[in-house]
Amino acid sequence: MALDQIVDGLSEVSCDVLVIGGGTAGPMAALKAKLKNPKANVVLLEKANVKRSGAISMGMDGLNNAVIPGYATPEQYTKEITIANDGIVDQKAVYKYAQNCFEIIEELDSFGIRFLKNENGDYAVKKVHHIGTYVLPMPNGETVKKALYRQLRRARILISNRYMATRLLKSSDGRIAGAISVNTRTAEILVIKAKAVILCMGAAGRLGLPTSGYMFGTYENAANSGDGYAMAYHAGAALANLECYQINPLIKDYNGPACAYVAGPFGAFTANNEGSRFIECDYWSGQMMLEFYNELLSGKGPVFLQLKHLHPDTISEIESTLHKVERPTRGLFQQGRGVDYRNDSIEMHISEIGFCSGHSASGVFVDDNARTTVPGLYAAGDMASVPHNYMLGAFTNGSVAGIDAMEFADNHDFAEFDAQDVAKERDRVLAPTRREDGIPPNQVEYKTRRLVNDYLQPPKVTRKYELGMRRLAETRQDMQEHMIARNAHELLRALEVQSIMDCADMAVHASLYREESRWGLYHWRTDFPEKDNENWFCHTLLSKQNGKMTSEKRAVEPYVVPIADDEKDLYDKQRIRATA
Amino acid sequence: MPLASYQTSVPVVVDDAKCIADKGCTVCVDVCPLDVLRISDMTGKAYMAYDECWYCMPCEADCPTGAVTVNIPYLLR
Repeated sequence: MALDQIVDGLSEVSCDVLVIGGGTAGPMAALKAKLKNPKANVVLLEKANVKRSGAISMGMDGLNNAVIPGYATPEQYTKEITIANDGIVDQKAVYKYAQNCFEIIEELDSFGIRFLKNENGDYAVKKVHHIGTYVLPMPNGETVKKALYRQLRRARILISNRYMATRLLKSSDGRIAGAISVNTRTAEILVIKAKAVILCMGAAGRLGLPTSGYMFGTYENAANSGDGYAMAYHAGAALANLECYQINPLIKDYNGPACAYVAGPFGAFTANNEGSRFIECDYWSGQMMLEFYNELLSGKGPVFLQLKHLHPDTISEIESTLHKVERPTRGLFQQGRGVDYRNDSIEMHISEIGFCSGHSASGVFVDDNARTTVPGLYAAGDMASVPHNYMLGAFTNGSVAGIDAMEFADNHDFAEFDAQDVAKERDRVLAPTRREDGIPPNQVEYKTRRLVNDYLQPPKVTRKYELGMRRLAETRQDMQEHMIARNAHELLRALEVQSIMDCADMAVHASLYREESRWGLYHWRTDFPEKDNENWFCHTLLSKQNGKMTSEKRAVEPYVVPIADDEKDLYDKQRIRATA
Repeated sequence: MPLASYQTSVPVVVDDAKCIADKGCTVCVDVCPLDVLRISDMTGKAYMAYDECWYCMPCEADCPTGAVTVNIPYLLR
């Protein structure tokens, strides 16, 4: 049987805990669930292959947010993230992360992932953030996925690669019952009954179109098409602060990080065309991105990452990191452009928009136990709402999710779902394969994402959003009635487009709901240019209620770590003040 | 609406002389996050079947014979 040929098939399996997504949070969630109850069955479902999936498929250069005793305290970190996120933070989850993450670092260390230490054997933590010191390099960061995979095999986690989950199943009383998935190479349907489900499906990174026009040249791993956001939405879970987009400063055209977190601690900095610094701090906040955007438009651009002033040995060290882990083709790209860090600065640009809590705050709402608003459904990593949580947050919150989900599974039996839901979903999934001709997924996707760029990219203008909503609705109709998939691979793309479309609609809805500007560039509404703490110092929760997209306010939980009035706007002062 | 196919130069290149897919190796096909590599029915060698590349490198890094080269997609280059 040739790969990609469509096969008619439906099977059903069951497990105690189902983890969907085998990137960063997923493997840790699966591992912790299994260790919590070794007799239980844990399935790790992955659209690609767990060996090389997710944001860290080629490893990572370091931890961006390590809270290490002696360098930072959980209180300080919680304060930093609260301020960087304009105060809209449920601190409990951030504080819990900050307390637990050191233990996870030591556990990762025991897996064989090394962290930089100084001559005294202490962790060599570097400063990038505005206030505290949290950046810890990983000298063998390219081995992360391998080390995780070893642990999964050792713990006998059941791994199912090349299955894309499409919808969650629930019982009539609203409890999670499992998920429906489709094999990406045969289009066979697999129903997985589960007592608890953990979503670790990454960012919605294929929402905007990169300026290069290459659809898969996204900042995020292009497999991260927002399927988790769409699934959570359709299951009735609440999604938090989706208007707080992810937008990042990246190497122009290459669209990967430059990366100021690696080079910054050695003395590299972001500069304008005059070679001057214009931002106080390279930490990726919305306020920093707004200054970046302003500089590009001011006539003082292009913007560069400058490191040619550094010692050649230092540059070589930075270079070897940049060209070895995370996005190793950076070296090839710079070579093609004739850029040598010793003589040339790196031209930077801003990325397409997306949802990602790993870098901003847009994610499926979770509490400090990684629970969503649907009983038995959990979320962790880039797609869960704990803000700015990065890779270490994915590991740490994945661990929290795994343990709590297994407890839930231990105390509940399987929930019953309606067989009709499976039949309906099967029809929806396979619809593009049952058409004789129509519009291919790549065209529907290009158009959708082009509309996202044209109408949704900040600054957010109400009139543009209204037009965008109409255009997207027309394209959705084309998608639902005319999209065609001729083989299983095209079907995978066709299903991803549907996630992208759902995310685009959610981006519109969430952005129009919050009638103020906040988080710098991430939610800059020209019709409401001021921050309005009186009416909008709150989360927004988006959910599907009676079949309709709905938004509501949710109060910020009382702070665990108080923020003094004169600290609240520290991240608002990102622009370097002109001096003589 | 009838469909047409259009040409695209693909970023991942496989050296047929080094590729051992005809001996049963499927490493590059297995690891690709975007699932864009396939084994050719005609040559028995791996090739890029879909131009949907994140230029991320697992195919090149994990190939046991060094047959795979990842180039930067032309539109970004």
